[in-house]
Amino acid sequence: MVDHTPHDSAWAHVTGEAVYVDDIAVAGVPLVGYVFSSPHAHARIRSFDVRDARSIPGVYAVLGSQDIPGENQLGPVVKDEVCLASGEVECVGQAIFLIAAETEDLCREAAKRIIIDFEPLPAVVDLPAAMAGGMLLGAPRKIERGNAAAELLRAPHTLQGELHTGAQEHWYLETQVALSVPGEGEELLVYSSTQHPSETQALVADVLGIHRNDVVVEVRRLGGGFGGKETQANHPACWSALLARATRRPVKIRLFRDDDMSMTGKRHPYLIRYEAGFDAEGRLLAVTLELHADGGMATDLSFAILERAMLHVDNAYFIPDISVVGCVWKTHLPSNTAFRGFGGPQGMAVMETIIDRVARALRLDAAEVRRRNFYASPDRVTTHYGQVVEGDRLQTMFARLVASSGYGERRSAVREFNTTQEFRRRGLALTPVKFGISFTTTFLNQAGALVLIYADGTVLVNHGGVEMGQGLHTKIRSIAAAELGLPLARVRVNATNTSKIPNTSATAASSGADLNGMAVKRAIDTLKERIGPAMAQLFNERYEGELTRAEDLRWVRGAIIDSEHPERMMPFVQAMQAMHLRQIPLSAAGFFSTPGIGWDKVSGKGRPFLYYAFGMAVTEVEVDLLTGGHTILRTDILHDVGDSLHEGIDRGQIEGGFIQGAGWCTTEEILRDENGRLLTHAPDTYKIPTAGDIPPDFRVTFLDGVPNPLAVRNSKAVGEPPFMLALSVWLAIKDAICADAGGEPHFPIPATREVILNAIEELRQLTAEHARA
Amino acid sequence: MEERRAEPHDGNTDGVSRRDFLRTIGVGTLEAAVLSAAPLPSEGAPAHTGDLVPLVLTVNGRRNALEVEPRWTLLYVLREKLGLTGAKPGCERGECGACTVLIDGKPRYSCLTLALEADGHEITTVEGLMQGEKLGQVQEAFVQEDAFQCGFCTPGQVISAEGLLRKTPHPGVAEIRHGMSGNLCRCGAYDHIVKAVQHASEIRK
Repeated sequence: MVDHTPHDSAWAHVTGEAVYVDDIAVAGVPLVGYVFSSPHAHARIRSFDVRDARSIPGVYAVLGSQDIPGENQLGPVVKDEVCLASGEVECVGQAIFLIAAETEDLCREAAKRIIIDFEPLPAVVDLPAAMAGGMLLGAPRKIERGNAAAELLRAPHTLQGELHTGAQEHWYLETQVALSVPGEGEELLVYSSTQHPSETQALVADVLGIHRNDVVVEVRRLGGGFGGKETQANHPACWSALLARATRRPVKIRLFRDDDMSMTGKRHPYLIRYEAGFDAEGRLLAVTLELHADGGMATDLSFAILERAMLHVDNAYFIPDISVVGCVWKTHLPSNTAFRGFGGPQGMAVMETIIDRVARALRLDAAEVRRRNFYASPDRVTTHYGQVVEGDRLQTMFARLVASSGYGERRSAVREFNTTQEFRRRGLALTPVKFGISFTTTFLNQAGALVLIYADGTVLVNHGGVEMGQGLHTKIRSIAAAELGLPLARVRVNATNTSKIPNTSATAASSGADLNGMAVKRAIDTLKERIGPAMAQLFNERYEGELTRAEDLRWVRGAIIDSEHPERMMPFVQAMQAMHLRQIPLSAAGFFSTPGIGWDKVSGKGRPFLYYAFGMAVTEVEVDLLTGGHTILRTDILHDVGDSLHEGIDRGQIEGGFIQGAGWCTTEEILRDENGRLLTHAPDTYKIPTAGDIPPDFRVTFLDGVPNPLAVRNSKAVGEPPFMLALSVWLAIKDAICADAGGEPHFPIPATREVILNAIEELRQLTAEHARA
Repeated sequence: MEERRAEPHDGNTDGVSRRDFLRTIGVGTLEAAVLSAAPLPSEGAPAHTGDLVPLVLTVNGRRNALEVEPRWTLLYVLREKLGLTGAKPGCERGECGACTVLIDGKPRYSCLTLALEADGHEITTVEGLMQGEKLGQVQEAFVQEDAFQCGFCTPGQVISAEGLLRKTPHPGVAEIRHGMSGNLCRCGAYDHIVKAVQHASEIRK
């Protein structure tokens, strides 16, 4: 089903009518909510006094942990993250008090008047220190196949090293925000910019000590999420709910950009130690990996993220003997959290760096070494956790992309360029992506929908997914319209609301359209099953002769038609009016859970994913050897989206994911001081890609003719996989600076100008040493 | 945007252009302040929270009589006092461009412009680009080219594009990339945004 229709909210976006939480008008002016947070990375709270702050006219509430009526807890998986600190703070930016006042100024004045006495405690603010201190957040995990340690000893060639990958700030344009509106009795309506309305609802209820049927969470759209609002939107929602409950007034909390950046978690930094054995052709024989994640001060989703990293260290390659160990370490930093790719980027980065090094060590072209290591039929198709990968998809894509990108000729041209230039070098890299689609926590793979048909022939679709720019509602609307045979104009997708669909999973893991799309389809199937016999009966009352059978009815072109007797046709509007008069229920719920998946976290074996999404990219860059600056010259992407649900949206996800990944790989650097304070807390110090950073020659192609029977309307998930295609930018830069040097520079992620310049200098020294020796 | 010029090549021009943009904004607001006709609090007596001064703000052709604190930003007044929520607070420090409006036809960060500075000037927000019930040309082009994802930066992008095309009706790709680099889009819809500006430029021909 290829669709070129405009985005569901196109008109609203370009006119400024699109409503985000901060734009919602409620009766009465909401109070401003404000968070008083810790200036220390680790400290004991000796005493505090909020009486002066509370005495300011216009200040309605100053709340501390002792004022929480329910449970002081926000941990989504492990209960190790308090809502408001009591007794001890464990990161800079941890919430201690909440203030509600008529204006922001009054909030700030009240914050100034809070008296609090801290006793600073020793703080661990980076990963090496946490590892040295043995500060594990939980038991290490392990996945292995064969005997990698023994095979490494037998391998003809080996290499080893360490890779650091950096944190990444989500930088959703809309900062964390929530507006809580009290209703009658215990009722509370929370407008939240959350990727996980049901969890937000559950935590609000728990914190307030009320029930989930008292709390409604509604989400029209997010101004970007990227994982940053999967668990950490719960905090402002719970805070505003506490203030609304205490004041009996609507309260809105919108974090200021600098506060948002300082207070919320990031993509997990990883330190990965690796050793690889390979043969003379560059085929990997054995690999051992140790993944160490900086979890921050609480567990959050760190172990699910670690799991996905460990399940993606193979990327697209068959590794006969492999051992993967993973640890999450506690630091006194804001708890790191979900971010597009969810561990996948870190896992893939290390394998891509290994392959890159193998190629350089053997003086082979890195793309060819990749091809030789791809999963391939018949005997190299099983991953280290036991799931089978589609036979030769990677080989097919490789052949097509090498041809369409002109990889061979451009490799020669790059070589030629590099021999004729003194201060500039070009580099080229081809990197693949194989990304598993499904939540690895199997029960989360479920979704609900509620489809309402009104007697005027219009349709309102409710589902549990959240629209955050990925075009989910546009895709869902297309699916519903196609299933009902209606024009798009007759179908509307409602704001996501927990009173319509209960107990939903987060919109995450690229699964939004797969899961919710199927749930919507199921609801429509149910409606058709009800309406079909009634329509057949209606036709049989009107027409003489052979009877119309319900199974012959087709829902097409805005009508219901008997395919065996095409003259028996009724426009949808009239049909629905008739059904209403015949007392046929015109609303139905749908439910979907992904069948046939599941895996054992202890043994590290099973089928965690329903299917894989594949992509491949070739990027060419130019590096200025004097400044360390780089420019992307051209990127070619071939991506497998199955039968695209919406070409425009899928293309946007691929381009946008790639660009966001390029930011992580190059310019986006999170720096903290020795006290754990974020130094890069605003866009003037934290550099996300701009319009000037996109490849001037950017060619995105879908792999055609590969329907995916495992997902709704033969499509494939597309949200996260393209992010990791940006590893081609990182390795093209490395290719450029290693062009005429022997040796391996330190080359972490992000490869900032500083990293690139240091690497150039390191290579210069290595080359000089070689020359002397 | 007199200072905005196309760079000779495309790569890594953003840092420069964003600085240029800020510098231009600085100049623009200075002019606005000098031109301002609103009664300012007397010299040496800093305004206090709650001290209000009268102001007539012309937004999208409509004159609005208001009382504002001298330190309120134009963004704040547009959103909180006039209910025009198209301009968004993204960073509130003149970096992301989500709050961009036109002042006398030029793109300005409304988070770095005081409401008083806009006195006597024509302000156009994204709500003011409609042509009756129809979308404006730039708006139409953004729809056609799918030039947004989450949409939060879109009003600012549309306004910046409008400002760019008013000054440079037929910009080249490098000029567009340069001219739009003061507006961040975290979803990375830049390729579509550039195409939308090109498309809008074509419509205007």
